[in-house]
Amino acid sequence: MTATLDRVDAARTAPARGRSRARARHRLTVLALMAPAAVGFTVFFGYPLVATVVFSFTDYDLINPPEWVGFANYAYMLRDELFLTAVHNTLWFVVALTVLRVVFALGVASVVARLKSGVGLVRTLCYLPSLAPPVAATLVFFLVLRPNEGPLDKLLGWFGVESPLWFADPAWSKPGIAAVMLWVSGDLMIIILAAILDVPQEQYEAAELDGAGVVRRWWHITLPTISPVLLFGVVNSIIVALQLFTQAVVAGSAASGAADITGNTRYLGFPENSTLTFPVWLYTQGFRYFDMGYASAMATVLFVISFAATALLVQRMRKATHQEEGGPGA
Amino acid sequence: MRKVPRAALLCVAAAVSLSACAAGAGKSDQSGGPAAAPGKDDQFSLTVWSNFSGREQAEVTKALESFKEKYPNAEIKHEGSQDDDKITAGIRSGNPPDVALSFATDNIGQFCSSGSFQDLKPYIERDGVDLSQITDAVRSYTEYKGTRCAMPLLSDVYGLYYNKDMLAAAGISEPPKTTAELLDYAKRTTKKAPDGSIEVAGFLPTMLFYANRPPIWAPNFGAKWEGPDGKSSLATPEWAEMLKFQKELVDFYGYDNLERFRAGLGQEYSADHAFHQKKIAMMMDGEYRTAFLKDQAPDVRFGTAPFPTIKPELYGVGFTTGTIMGVPKGAKNAGAAWELVKHLSFDTETIVDLANGIKNIPSTKAALADPRLEVDENFKTFIDLAQSGKLQGNPVTPIGDAHIKAIGDFATSWQAGKVPDLMAGLAEVDKQVDDRIAKSGK
Repeated sequence: MTATLDRVDAARTAPARGRSRARARHRLTVLALMAPAAVGFTVFFGYPLVATVVFSFTDYDLINPPEWVGFANYAYMLRDELFLTAVHNTLWFVVALTVLRVVFALGVASVVARLKSGVGLVRTLCYLPSLAPPVAATLVFFLVLRPNEGPLDKLLGWFGVESPLWFADPAWSKPGIAAVMLWVSGDLMIIILAAILDVPQEQYEAAELDGAGVVRRWWHITLPTISPVLLFGVVNSIIVALQLFTQAVVAGSAASGAADITGNTRYLGFPENSTLTFPVWLYTQGFRYFDMGYASAMATVLFVISFAATALLVQRMRKATHQEEGGPGA
Repeated sequence: MRKVPRAALLCVAAAVSLSACAAGAGKSDQSGGPAAAPGKDDQFSLTVWSNFSGREQAEVTKALESFKEKYPNAEIKHEGSQDDDKITAGIRSGNPPDVALSFATDNIGQFCSSGSFQDLKPYIERDGVDLSQITDAVRSYTEYKGTRCAMPLLSDVYGLYYNKDMLAAAGISEPPKTTAELLDYAKRTTKKAPDGSIEVAGFLPTMLFYANRPPIWAPNFGAKWEGPDGKSSLATPEWAEMLKFQKELVDFYGYDNLERFRAGLGQEYSADHAFHQKKIAMMMDGEYRTAFLKDQAPDVRFGTAPFPTIKPELYGVGFTTGTIMGVPKGAKNAGAAWELVKHLSFDTETIVDLANGIKNIPSTKAALADPRLEVDENFKTFIDLAQSGKLQGNPVTPIGDAHIKAIGDFATSWQAGKVPDLMAGLAEVDKQVDDRIAKSGK
């Protein structure tokens, strides 16, 4: 009996040990494969993130050891008038760019998807501007839109139309930058175009048989099918807007006649701080005023807001997609 | 204020970059006094970072090479296009150059107070250097609250440029000496098209465009940055007069009209500059413009003079700034670096050659008076200004150029007609600046 029991235990234990070893090996393999990414994530995201939060509670001039100041940097935000200006400017870009980029890219992609010939050429022409370096792209727009001298102003002048001052006018500088951002949004257009071309043709054919026109097919088939890609476009546009820096600096510098100047003599935010975005003001605080503690506090606020906004948006859109597909609550 | 708990910082730093923090927390480089100078025949290398590029970088490299006359075995690596951000990053990473050249004087307060640039006093005392060889205004912008952490490498002096033909066409034979005359001449030399748009502006008053910056204008109106108590002092009649003068000229053109004209003008250092293109008759600018005009617009017949002043007795004052040199914290060869800084600061032959090469103003009295200095009629205006003893340097604070941005922002709002109460607005700017300095804790 004992021997029998022993045999049974041995028979059960041997494969169990083998499975356990296999699982351990599997875990080790997974960990080994993940290690480079995990190390990279820790070094280039985790550490800077934690360091930024810690520095936000300190007075830190980049050279000497940081000194603990509690919430003083956060309290200073309430007294810093340009902090609110920077928040306002960045929110303007978040709203405008998110809507315009997605609508513009979707519109162009929808048109390109329906072209019968020359698709490759049009697709390439739409995508090419997104390869232009941000500085060059902004300067091109500055020169094209330049009052009195630029080709657009001259063209409008032939029709008796006076163009706005664009980057030189605080009311038009942000729309001017938004125009640059739209011109270089070909990457998003390509992604949306790929999603549109991926919609099963059978669905269109079935809808057509049911008498659905072009608009109804686009609205009821194309749009719901590519909604995950559009969600990506929205999130991507929010991040692009929150990080808007180079175009704002170049546009402001060129408008103040200082595009060919480097360093501190360059005037950031021109005209009248209308191009002073949150990242530009953050950079100014950290690297021109040597107040890295305050800059870190600003970065922390930006991170929390962008994280919360993106998470909320993703949750809402997932829920909407789920309901569209007939899930609970539909 | 308390120090951050060590455990918390260690935790943060544990992931990586102990080296990054180590640069900031390192011990003073001068705990044992000044580093020894190298022997005459010693072999050593020095790295120099500057923000020069192109032709000017080549001229500065030539000046650096002249150091080999004293130390034949020295090797000097000159890296251009390095701005203050890169210098700070180099210091933080523990890999700074031996000598750093900064284009602007805005950061001298931070460089000195934080220890980014080493205090040069021990070297100056050891070598018995006579700082009175440097002009007063230049001395003022190379130190902060008694800490001398930098030396000058030439300087810039600002004055009036005027187009002789345009003034002559308006029946004007002499440049203006007072701001009242400037206002009158600006109106007389302005040309408008039949539709009212500006074709030529006698004087472009737009603040923050070209050299129209508060620190550059301030001396000519007797405006000071600080009061006797050391606090920001912008809410004064002098600053108000400066802004009223500017607004009067803006109103003459009409703000919208002026903005449309200005928006079409070329960049400051391009051949498209409005003065080069004969679109403005008079302007404020530095002595370096003489070289640009000679190179890019040889057909412009221009003259130079001290910039007009609000009161006749102030005539001859002006603004000065310039490139500064320092030995960064963590410099590997501080002793030799100081020798190079000293050479560039005081060797008259080197200073004169460099001044001739990049058309800047020498920063020592001996070089200013040297007969080898190439001085034509227009450049002489700036040499005379530099020797006048009436120049005013950049305001030095520990907050970078935050105070300059504050008054610059205010001036642009003012010129746009968005400030209802001038003095109350200036008082508010004072408050912002003082608050900012208080926050810096320096």
